[in-house]
Amino acid sequence: MNFLLSAIKRELLLVFRRRNDIINPLAFFLMVAVLFPLGVSPDPTFLSEVAPGVIWVAALLACLLSVDGIFRSDYEDGSLEQMLVSSESLLALVLAKVLTHWLVSGFCLAIISPLVAMMFFLPEQGYFALIVSLLIGTPTLSLMGAIGAALTVALRKGGVLISLLVLPLYIPVLIFGAGTVQAGAMGLAIQGYLALLAAILVLSLMLAPFAISAALKISVRS
Amino acid sequence: MKIKMPRWFYQLASPKWFYDITGMLLPWFGLAAILLLLVGSIWGLVFAPADYQQGNSFRIIYIHVPSSILAQSCYMMMAIAGAVGLIWKMKIAHVVAGACAPIGASIAVMSLATGAVWGKPTWGAWWVWDARLTAMLVLLFLYIGVIALNSAFENKASSDKATAILSLVGLVNIPIIKYSVEWWNTLHQPATFTVTEKPAMPPEMWIPLLVMVLGFYCFFAVVLMIRARIEVLEREKRSDWVKKVIENYGR
Repeated sequence: MNFLLSAIKRELLLVFRRRNDIINPLAFFLMVAVLFPLGVSPDPTFLSEVAPGVIWVAALLACLLSVDGIFRSDYEDGSLEQMLVSSESLLALVLAKVLTHWLVSGFCLAIISPLVAMMFFLPEQGYFALIVSLLIGTPTLSLMGAIGAALTVALRKGGVLISLLVLPLYIPVLIFGAGTVQAGAMGLAIQGYLALLAAILVLSLMLAPFAISAALKISVRS
Repeated sequence: MKIKMPRWFYQLASPKWFYDITGMLLPWFGLAAILLLLVGSIWGLVFAPADYQQGNSFRIIYIHVPSSILAQSCYMMMAIAGAVGLIWKMKIAHVVAGACAPIGASIAVMSLATGAVWGKPTWGAWWVWDARLTAMLVLLFLYIGVIALNSAFENKASSDKATAILSLVGLVNIPIIKYSVEWWNTLHQPATFTVTEKPAMPPEMWIPLLVMVLGFYCFFAVVLMIRARIEVLEREKRSDWVKKVIENYGR
């Protein structure tokens, strides 16, 4: 437990020393969202109709973009190898890294998402559903993305590859996340969707750390 | 905890034994595949009665359904072979898993293509966002990911293990993806395409279908064995028995 806390502290400290890492996914999120009115149509009725899907897709891409770097700098300076041979639990380390990634990407995205929702004329009753669905759904994205990042960390051209590996796995989260917002915007019950998102989160929280640490061991030894 | 597996299971780990045994099995599976596919397609395309609603266009079922079934079981086989390779550190299992990926991807493409050809006369469109079509497309994406990862590593041992982990992660996700896509479909799409609900088929229609499914499985076994044998030769090229195989080739 102590180790988990100190690992989280270290990761957060690293992030705050390079503040661009926080800003970049958020800026990317905003820019992707802006492309849709420019590319398709600025009509408010159209925008409010596609808002749930567009916001969720933009959030998903922003998560994917930042997840590539989750292990990279530690791999490149060799500290990842030291962490693997140390006696501390690898699972705790992995959890700390994923949690920090989520705090920097998913959590911040959930906080600024009402801004994009307003630009997309999402009905006001959908705001709560949007924030809560992002808060419950994006940790799964971080966990799944970390599997892909761990598998590709030793490869030089990891960038495109990681999206090929991870995007198909993101589909259920996208479906249920966008579904929550759609239901919320229409004033329907959202508990069922949230329960499904939470179930996927619990499942991936149980299984993904094992896959991530196994993948890290393979990558470091290769 | 130690689980004792039968003797043949451990023998499979020997590349030479694998090469010999598949060499013996290959002609039989090849013969069975040719016979079953020939009988099944002629029976299905010529002698089976036409559908009362779709006429003769339904006959593509004899290609479409076997390829869809096979595409899914091929992924299962790949993931299980990968797990066997991880657990028992068996190189042959990784070879088999690696050979499954391109076969499965091409069969998934075939399933999607025949589905599109079938969809045009029945639904009036090459592609609809039907749950089963979408799930098959996602399966194809999973295959593409596995193939891409497999070819990205320079070191064979790490590429084997990484691919095995990815296919296991995909295997856990397949049911979740399937149900989420189905639910998404029922939410977004009014039930326009009830044509997919097959009427109970008479035996003269489903027996050739069964023959075709068996034929596809035999064909899969043949292609899998050929690919795995070549890969084994490639990997074991420094060993004596491979040199002997190559020297005796064509004598």
